[in-house]
Amino acid sequence: MAHVATHEEDVLIKEHGWDDHFHDHHHGDKYQSNFISHYIFSMDHKIIARQFLITGMFWALIGAAMSVVFRLQLGFPEESLAWLKPVLGKWIVVNEAGIGTLAPEFYYALVTMHGTIIVFFVLTAGLSGTFSNLLIPLQLGARDMASPFLNMLSYWFFFLAGVVMFYSLFISTGPFAGGWTAYPPLSALPQASSGSGTGMTLWLVSLTLFVVSVLLGGVNYITTVLNLRTKGMTLWRMPLTIWAFFVTAILGLLSFPVLVSGFFMLMCDRGLGTSFFLSEIFIEGQAMEFVGGSPVLYQHLFWFLGHPEVYIIILPAMGLVSEVLSVHARKPIFGYKAMVYSILAIGFLAFIVWAHHMFMSGVNPFISNFFVVFTLIIAVPSAVKVFNWITTIWKGNLRLNSPMLFAIGFVSLFISGGLTGIFLGNSAIDIQLHDTYFVVAHFHIVMGVAAFFGMFAGVYHWYPRMFGTFMDETMGKIHFWGTLIGAYAIFWPMHYLGMAGVPRRYYSFGNFDAFSHFDDMNKFITVAAAIVFMIQVLFVINFFWSIWNGKKMKTKNPWGATTLEWTTPIEAGHGNWPGKLPTVHRWAYDYNKDDREFVPQNVPMAEGEKAGEDHH
Amino acid sequence: MTVGNKRNRFHPQMFALYIAFASIIMMFGAFTSAYIVKQAAGNWLEFSLPTIFYISTIVILTSSLVLHMSYSAFINGQERKYKLFLVLAFLLGLSFLALQYLGWQELYAIGIDLKGSISGSFVYLISGVHALHILGGIAAMIVAMLQAFTLPYQVTDKRKLRFQLTLHYWHFVDLLWVYLFVFILLYR
Repeated sequence: MAHVATHEEDVLIKEHGWDDHFHDHHHGDKYQSNFISHYIFSMDHKIIARQFLITGMFWALIGAAMSVVFRLQLGFPEESLAWLKPVLGKWIVVNEAGIGTLAPEFYYALVTMHGTIIVFFVLTAGLSGTFSNLLIPLQLGARDMASPFLNMLSYWFFFLAGVVMFYSLFISTGPFAGGWTAYPPLSALPQASSGSGTGMTLWLVSLTLFVVSVLLGGVNYITTVLNLRTKGMTLWRMPLTIWAFFVTAILGLLSFPVLVSGFFMLMCDRGLGTSFFLSEIFIEGQAMEFVGGSPVLYQHLFWFLGHPEVYIIILPAMGLVSEVLSVHARKPIFGYKAMVYSILAIGFLAFIVWAHHMFMSGVNPFISNFFVVFTLIIAVPSAVKVFNWITTIWKGNLRLNSPMLFAIGFVSLFISGGLTGIFLGNSAIDIQLHDTYFVVAHFHIVMGVAAFFGMFAGVYHWYPRMFGTFMDETMGKIHFWGTLIGAYAIFWPMHYLGMAGVPRRYYSFGNFDAFSHFDDMNKFITVAAAIVFMIQVLFVINFFWSIWNGKKMKTKNPWGATTLEWTTPIEAGHGNWPGKLPTVHRWAYDYNKDDREFVPQNVPMAEGEKAGEDHH
Repeated sequence: MTVGNKRNRFHPQMFALYIAFASIIMMFGAFTSAYIVKQAAGNWLEFSLPTIFYISTIVILTSSLVLHMSYSAFINGQERKYKLFLVLAFLLGLSFLALQYLGWQELYAIGIDLKGSISGSFVYLISGVHALHILGGIAAMIVAMLQAFTLPYQVTDKRKLRFQLTLHYWHFVDLLWVYLFVFILLYR
């Protein structure tokens, strides 16, 4: 049966496909002719996607392991960490009694690196880099990105950024330790702390390279979406994944340059003696020469990127989840157009709410009002999306496999984490909650864990498309339940800590009697974090084990999905489709329509058939 | 190299270049808005820009015009004029950089150094980062000249596109300077 279907699909593309004469030219010399050009300096978007994914996983393990180390110090300050000495060396200080503790400056370095790595390297490059690369050309019916060469450069700039950051972990003064936001003066004065010297210089170099990578990628994604869609693929027929990647790329392209401006000014302050962000300041009793600068100016420049950045992280996850929910519920996405307008609205609002990160930094309270209002308005498109996800799976024939579970988990986390955002978005309540564990809980759930869930849903779902095999379902389900329960166990209690005023980023609460009754809760959180980390290791094992040992993909379209990436051969070569390109005749969500379980986008409309999108 | 289709009148690479412009605009938009915010916060030293910056502005505008004439000559089959104007535009571009450097020296001579006052720091920073973007254009023109003098003269779609990319980028960084210059003049 499946075999017949495959055969029919081939005929479909042969008869209705669109010949772009792609295979008339010989591409073999430039493309994939040997190991190095195939797997390393590849210009094929499918390989580049896998490069982003595997590099992202490497960083995710490092970033997560860091969090376990600082959680151990926080949860069990009396226990000895001497066993970590072989890895962390001098950053574990062993006292006369043989008790090893984490050096406080390295605790801050770990917190800083954990944030930087997860936000930028994992959830930006690893998430949008992977899936934009994989899906934009495949779902749009394009041969590759608009510029495969710039696409390759985009990966290698990311790689280089990673090398520099990795190197900074091993220098004797340690990596940067002033928080992932790198506020001056800690980031502007090399003598301010041990990580502010070489560590911060490397941090700036690394992130500047990273921005180059994001910009090269973004230019490509936008150009490809607007210029290289196959025949019939109008904007309103694009799958929601593509809409999400498209808006994500626009956000990145418009906000990352602003961060670079801030970085340039910071570099001038650090190296050339200017005072953009520095005013009268004393270090170790020495008056510095800086006059008249403003650290708040840096915060504006940083958060002008920083806020869109959280949507750069969450929008791709939303796109992946929309697609996975629809496919595995066997139902059209509910409110397709509302979903698109919500993505656009979120993308627009992302640019005018940045100062809600700065309510307590000395911003004029009247200006804060403006930012409160727009921040709360974001709840509207977000709620539209949540409503549509729930109505999409409502009364569907749910297949509760790993991708679907993670997609549903995403919706759960997005609701839990999104609701606390309404509290934090109010500048009055923020007086109590700012810089506490409430904030940590909020953003970890809503854009950390939720984005990871979107990413996992995407990995499990498109794994066959990437590797031709399926990931193991049993390990996948353990991964899901362990991570879902574990993530709530870690972050739910943090809300209570935060409401009680427990500040984030503190090395120790030993001197605060008021917080001593949270000691057990801190231990609990640490244990949960360690368990969740182990479960992620299981995911990595499943990932690599399944490449060689996973169940083989026998048909082109194992999920019965409608989008074009499932019309390519299982081993899709360069150019994605061996002959003509498929042409598109319908939207991406024709599930259970007119007694047909699913109708792929490249199937022509039957006589008298009404377009699926008209009903929704 | 591009994997594209021929349906679009606007070439994808040209499109990509315009998207890159958007991000360069955001970068300088950030500088100039930081400038306004900082100025409003007070502690701001006023000084007038050296006249040399007016000359450099005229030079870069001329360079743009000349490069455009070179492009028209290129598509109209006037090979000699095309090469001549290309070199001329390149030399004008170089002299713009030289004039900017002289402008910085003059600023320094009237006591505005890089770190003395934030208003001065901004002028150095903005014109400096702009100069880096000019260097990108200079590099593109070097490639264009190499092709003009090594390849046989021929108007192909590919070479037309390459020239257009260089031309549009050059116009862009030129207009960018005009914006920055007028901005600094108005918001002293």
